[in-house]
Amino acid sequence: MAIDVRHSAPAETSAHGTRAAKVVSAIGPLTVLAGVIWALLQPYRITLLDPHGQGLWWLAVQPPLLVVAVGVAFHLVVARPLLEDLEANGG
Amino acid sequence: MKPPAEHVHWLFATGFLFLGLCLVAEAVVGRELWRRRRWRAYLWPGLALTIGVLIMPLSVFFTASTLHMLAHWSWAQVAMLAGAAQLALVHGRLRNRLWELTVPLALVVSGAAFSFHEPREWLYSRAAFLHHATGWVLIVGAVFPLVAVLRPSSRTLSVGYAATVVVLAVLLFADRDVAPVFGHLSPLAGTPHR
Repeated sequence: MAIDVRHSAPAETSAHGTRAAKVVSAIGPLTVLAGVIWALLQPYRITLLDPHGQGLWWLAVQPPLLVVAVGVAFHLVVARPLLEDLEANGG
Repeated sequence: MKPPAEHVHWLFATGFLFLGLCLVAEAVVGRELWRRRRWRAYLWPGLALTIGVLIMPLSVFFTASTLHMLAHWSWAQVAMLAGAAQLALVHGRLRNRLWELTVPLALVVSGAAFSFHEPREWLYSRAAFLHHATGWVLIVGAVFPLVAVLRPSSRTLSVGYAATVVVLAVLLFADRDVAPVFGHLSPLAGTPHR
């Protein structure tokens, strides 16, 4: 029995590329969402909401905001160029 | 001006989270596409080297005990070794794939240092629990890059390694100087705060 597989490999590559693009484009927003949910669950971790009497380090280092910043930085610096490469690759 | 220990952990957690997300992305798209742009190939080895360099001041400013100093020094050394070896591999200065073993070595040494420099029991406080947990996560997670030396194209191993780094970031973000863990806090630990 002969099976025609001439178009299956590019189709698989394209499907994988599409899946990969979806995952890569979701990483940054999901990280931002995690930071926002954390801030809502533990608002006292955001010292900017009540900065009076806070020391330098407590104002400079606010974990939920750091998580949001990582998500934004990843999306802008890493994910966008990576998505362009995936698109150019036929994803 | 010296930051509290928990702030230092959160700052390193930020670096490890970014590193972990880069590793997740590389695992998803594959190494070939990830390295299509030169700067991206250098990104996570450079970040690992930078984290190693930044750990060095810790050993100078956080001298609570000799064990703390030795732990911080060993982390700095192995993180810099792993980062530098990865940079040299990417650049082509090193060609022997056995240099990839510096990554599992860094994880095992860091994990052992994390566990051993915490003399208190697991449920003494959240910080004690997280030090032990982080140590074991790193030691177990070292299996992924170790086996990946033999099977470099395995996506499962790449995802496992990336997940290890993301979990490390989560554990570091969860750290507090004095806080209970699962309702337990030793009366010797001090006054808890949120």
